[in-house]
Amino acid sequence: MIEVKNISKSFGERQVLHNISSVFEQGKTNLIIGESGQGKTVLMKCMVGLLEADSGDVLYDGRNFSAMSLKDKKTIRKEIGMLFQGGALFDSMTVEENVVFPLSMFTNMSEAEKRERANFCLARVNLPNASNLFPSELSGGMKKRVAIARAISVQPKYLFCDEPNSGLDPRTSIVIDNLIQEITVEYNITTIVITHDMNSVLEIGDSVAFIYKGEKWWQGTKKEILDTDNPELLDFVYASKFMKELRNK
Amino acid sequence: MKLFYHFGRYFLLMKRVFTRPEKISAFRIQLFRELDNLGISSLSIVCIVSVFMGAVVTLQMAYNIESPLIPLYAVGVAARDGIILEFAPTLVSLILAGKVGSNIASEIGSMRVSEQIDALEVMGINSAEYLISPKIIAAVIINPILIIISIFLGILGGYVFGVLTGVVTHYAYIYGIQYEFRPYNILYALTKAGVFAFIITSVSAYHGYFTSGGALEVGRSSTKGVVYSSILILVFNFILTQLLLV
Repeated sequence: MIEVKNISKSFGERQVLHNISSVFEQGKTNLIIGESGQGKTVLMKCMVGLLEADSGDVLYDGRNFSAMSLKDKKTIRKEIGMLFQGGALFDSMTVEENVVFPLSMFTNMSEAEKRERANFCLARVNLPNASNLFPSELSGGMKKRVAIARAISVQPKYLFCDEPNSGLDPRTSIVIDNLIQEITVEYNITTIVITHDMNSVLEIGDSVAFIYKGEKWWQGTKKEILDTDNPELLDFVYASKFMKELRNK
Repeated sequence: MKLFYHFGRYFLLMKRVFTRPEKISAFRIQLFRELDNLGISSLSIVCIVSVFMGAVVTLQMAYNIESPLIPLYAVGVAARDGIILEFAPTLVSLILAGKVGSNIASEIGSMRVSEQIDALEVMGINSAEYLISPKIIAAVIINPILIIISIFLGILGGYVFGVLTGVVTHYAYIYGIQYEFRPYNILYALTKAGVFAFIITSVSAYHGYFTSGGALEVGRSSTKGVVYSSILILVFNFILTQLLLV
């Protein structure tokens, strides 16, 4: 379980996050939704320590990440897997080397064991024959799947996904969404997904937090979101013509 | 004020760079990769530049000291000292600043904008140490070796072109390059090579590491890396000469 308490963050004069508090439960796919520029990615970066929050705490299963020394933070970070918007695969490495990389850095596995684990993870994301390809040879969807394989290779307790569907076609988006949800349940991890894709919300949103103007505006489940009377959330959910027509029906 | 900001940020980055590697075996692999990237791949340009630099220095010396009062072997002496003291360490380092510096800044800069550095940090890896320290150490090891090769080829180039064009005889040139040779000059050249290697890699890496934005900014960082490391090479060339020779 991950808990954020009163997180605030500003860049110069501009305050991006205002006192955000929320709980993200283990074994569930927790979604953070909102329009672009509302502070979703900043919140995630504060949670994983890529940005330092001005105030507030982030607790990983009760362990206060914000108050830890760099050395202790490392222990938590080794339990984190993260899927970046563009995949963030290492260009100079093959797919297999990308997946093996965290294992080489943090485990004492033999080369054969690492390769076996990498192949298992790649098979898990349905990419069994891509080991020797370089990231530049992969499609957007394949890159995301390799990034998921890399994230799960060290069996993380927490998985963060920053807009896993951006730039993907609807079919591939659903494949990635389902993969994230399956992995969450299979490994019983705490997963946090940033998205502004309503398909993802309805597909995998066990818990949904809506961020608006840097504040947590609403939190509920994917079922509750359709019946909300929150005007800002309604604008977001029913922004497309298709969703509007669906609501009228 | 901005100068102090960059100084501070540069030294804080260097503090992060020179920490214990996450895993020694991974560091060793990176180090050998960088020795190849920064050293072996620069060998051809160093060889070409050095041969022609030696040739031009010898020809210019010969034309400038054409006098019955000055012995012909002075061409060899002047070419040798010019190449060892200045041309090989400084000129070759300036060329390497262009080749290696832009390569480092753009490589690290693209890793920054494509979130690869963030990925390393989230994994709990000190990205500054992992990416930059093997480059600095490899350059400090390989640059003096490149400079030794450059000195040898420069003097050889001076001999070949000097004798072929008839501006100096075989005997006079060989006598000249041996005349009152000071081994300390080699140490001076190697010291400069090591310091310049540190400047090229650390300054370029600094500009790449703090790139923000997109492809345009990566290009800008690459240019800044080359420009600032070249300026610092010239400044430190003066400082080292003052400290070690005068």
